[in-house]
Amino acid sequence: MNTHRVTTPGPLRVLSWHLVAYKRFWKANVLSGLVQPLLYMLGLGVGVGALVDRNTGATEVLGGASYVAFVAPGLLVTTAMALGAGESMWPVMGGLKWSRGYHAIAATALTPRDIVLGHGVWMTVRTGLASSSVAAALALFPDTRSWGLIPSVLIAVWVGLAFAMPVMAFSIKAELDGAFAAIQRFVVIPLFLFGGAFYPLSQLPAAIAWLARVAPLWHGVVMARQCTTGTVQWGAAALHLGYIGLWVAAGTTLAAVRMRKRLST
Amino acid sequence: MSEALITARNLVKKFGELTAVAGIDVEVRRGEAFGFLGPNGAGKSSTMRMIGCVSPVTSGELRLFGMDPATDGPRIRGRIGVVPQMDTLDTELTVEENLHIYGRFFDIPRAECRRRTKELLAFAQLSERATSVVDNLSGGMKRRLSIARSLINNPELLLLDEPTTGLDPQARHVLWDRLYRLKQDGVTLVLTTHYMDEAEQLCDRLVVMDQGRIVAEGSPRSLIEQHSTREVLELRFPAGRNEEHGPQVEGLGERHEVLPDRILVYARDGEEALAAAHARGLQPESALVRRSSLEDVFLHLTGRTLVD
Repeated sequence: MNTHRVTTPGPLRVLSWHLVAYKRFWKANVLSGLVQPLLYMLGLGVGVGALVDRNTGATEVLGGASYVAFVAPGLLVTTAMALGAGESMWPVMGGLKWSRGYHAIAATALTPRDIVLGHGVWMTVRTGLASSSVAAALALFPDTRSWGLIPSVLIAVWVGLAFAMPVMAFSIKAELDGAFAAIQRFVVIPLFLFGGAFYPLSQLPAAIAWLARVAPLWHGVVMARQCTTGTVQWGAAALHLGYIGLWVAAGTTLAAVRMRKRLST
Repeated sequence: MSEALITARNLVKKFGELTAVAGIDVEVRRGEAFGFLGPNGAGKSSTMRMIGCVSPVTSGELRLFGMDPATDGPRIRGRIGVVPQMDTLDTELTVEENLHIYGRFFDIPRAECRRRTKELLAFAQLSERATSVVDNLSGGMKRRLSIARSLINNPELLLLDEPTTGLDPQARHVLWDRLYRLKQDGVTLVLTTHYMDEAEQLCDRLVVMDQGRIVAEGSPRSLIEQHSTREVLELRFPAGRNEEHGPQVEGLGERHEVLPDRILVYARDGEEALAAAHARGLQPESALVRRSSLEDVFLHLTGRTLVD
């Protein structure tokens, strides 16, 4: 055997575990990832978009963009948010309580930290694939076609992680999966509706707008929108990305601590 | 004498106020088949989890291959195989995928993984089910797959926590046969069980645990010789009347135990004791003479049966 073989980092070994399981689903997943944004684009573009664009002054509030062009980056980033959060709920609880796959991994040469970082890498892949599907769908429409979609996919992945890692930390400690429905209802869906994806936060009462700014979603949506509409402000961009990064870092750290406690008692 | 793979000195495990393991000393040498025998809650699984380097030691000293689990956990785990009490297989994946992916956790190169997978499928008598989804396997097959999986990294030491609990007798015998083969191949086995027949079949040496402590240690035969008689006479009286017959069997053997459903008379010669019982005019519903087992050892040491 080759003794000079470079060892594979633990998180990547965990990633290969996720990939084996995903092998069965990825085609269906990518396909629905394409169809869903198409439906949104048709529904919002033909229905809401036509109304909004007809309303004088609306495009000014939207920064000069047509409504679909305004909404498109929002769709991209909210998709990553929903996926990152959702895939860090039941699957994480399953790894600990149902299939107990995390326990199996912890019995090997890998560590709880590898499991958490491996989940992060896996979420990068998953949200990357899903956001790319959305971007591909958006590229079909003249109003939303833009080179800015490419950096927007990366921003979406970053936001996906900013939800995946804190939600993972939550899921490790959760006793009942009922808590997940609550996160969906009280965090994910409200952010989807009030997080700046479908209209500017300036339309909201100040208190709610402020709340929306605390979550990482809005920062990603604003960034992605600057990319697709060609209005990037570099200074602000760094702040937005950095702020999202705080969520990623805090979530990862907390998840790693909790995973170690949970798996080694 | 071969080297010690596991050394535990005054090993303690506490969960808050609860003391699961109350200071045990254990030494397991290379090539041995070593057992922890005891009822549920005796501290066997807690001990196994500490040895498996997934549960930190509360106090005392534990060394595997001379290394400390607290600092060398991943390195130690790379050299051992673990069959947990509850299967942790990926039930949505196929049999061979389960083996292959487990090999990847140890960073075994893909080609080597495939070769090992093939070998282990044959060993576990699962070659024909290689592409079956695990969910569709029987309990015995899942157990064999768990064992095969634990062997993917060629472990020097194999830990088995209640390997046959919940299996039907035939599946248990198939499993024992596989474990016996491993033992012959020189793999060091450490297992927990509350089945005395399992301990007798597989273990060269064992400790009997009760309430977090070791109450006896030795080979199955020496434990029986030390703590029991050669034979046991079991007398069954009508339900609820065993207690009252207790005094009447006094002196038939060296000692006796009254259980809810039967009386056990410990004697060197069971037939002789039975003849004596009949001579006393005792008329049990049924009588049975058998050899002493570890169950009797446990009963004698703790006053309780292993499986309640």
